Amino acid sequence: MSGFKVTRVDKGDVTVLYLSGFLDAHTVPDFEKALQEAINEKRYKIIVNFKDLDYISSAGLGVFMGFIEEVRANDGDIKLSNLSPRVFKVFDLLGFPALFEIFDDEEQAMEKFLKPE
Amino acid sequence: MQKNKTKIYRIQISAATENLSIIRGFIQQIAQKAGFDAEQIDQIKLAVDEACTNAIKHAYRFDASKMIDLEIRLSDDQLEIVVTDYGPGFDPSKLDQPDINKNAKKAKPGGLGIHLMKTLMDAVDFDITPGQKTQVHLVKYRTANKHH
Repeated sequence: MSGFKVTRVDKGDVTVLYLSGFLDAHTVPDFEKALQEAINEKRYKIIVNFKDLDYISSAGLGVFMGFIEEVRANDGDIKLSNLSPRVFKVFDLLGFPALFEIFDDEEQAMEKFLKPE
Repeated sequence: MQKNKTKIYRIQISAATENLSIIRGFIQQIAQKAGFDAEQIDQIKLAVDEACTNAIKHAYRFDASKMIDLEIRLSDDQLEIVVTDYGPGFDPSKLDQPDINKNAKKAKPGGLGIHLMKTLMDAVDFDITPGQKTQVHLVKYRTANKHH
């Protein structure tokens, strides 16, 4: 419940970031750092798995907007998976489903990277 | 409870992002005790977080020696939270309608948070005294339809 943790697992070409706890203006720098590190390593296929994230504010959503252009300019994408209904609601209120691909589970997001239509 | 009796809770807290979780916990306890449901409590907490985050980031530019005042007024028909910072103030009309489809980096600072506050709460008002203080009034009615 308390704090925030980001765990990175590289699965082939795809980097998966697992978030847990709460993502607000205080914990955002940890998430930014993890994303920046992956991008510095030219890993542009990224899945953010929200399975254990309890809370997000607009500061957290701002991170996605800050990185998505660079990632897509390099033929990558940031896909989102495993959002709880209360976290999804915040993304939905700000219109993110029109901008980002959001999947029920990580496997579906992975599939989309491996077999793009 | 006596009719029209307003309960007031106040805290003053330093403008540090690490205090956001403490603020959310404080709001949660009061809203819970007041009988709001889980979804309403989530909405109130997030709106207050957004108001405080804007104060920390934009009014104080992360100067944690500055203070934020929170006043919570609980009455028979509504919960009102007043978030006060003593920063320079801003023009809220210029922050309306953020367009996240445009270049995200050029989005007006604080715009997303204000948009969220307005969506999550029943009423949001800004009371700005330029150069002195900004007060954000966030109101949640006890029932979804206040005119029932």
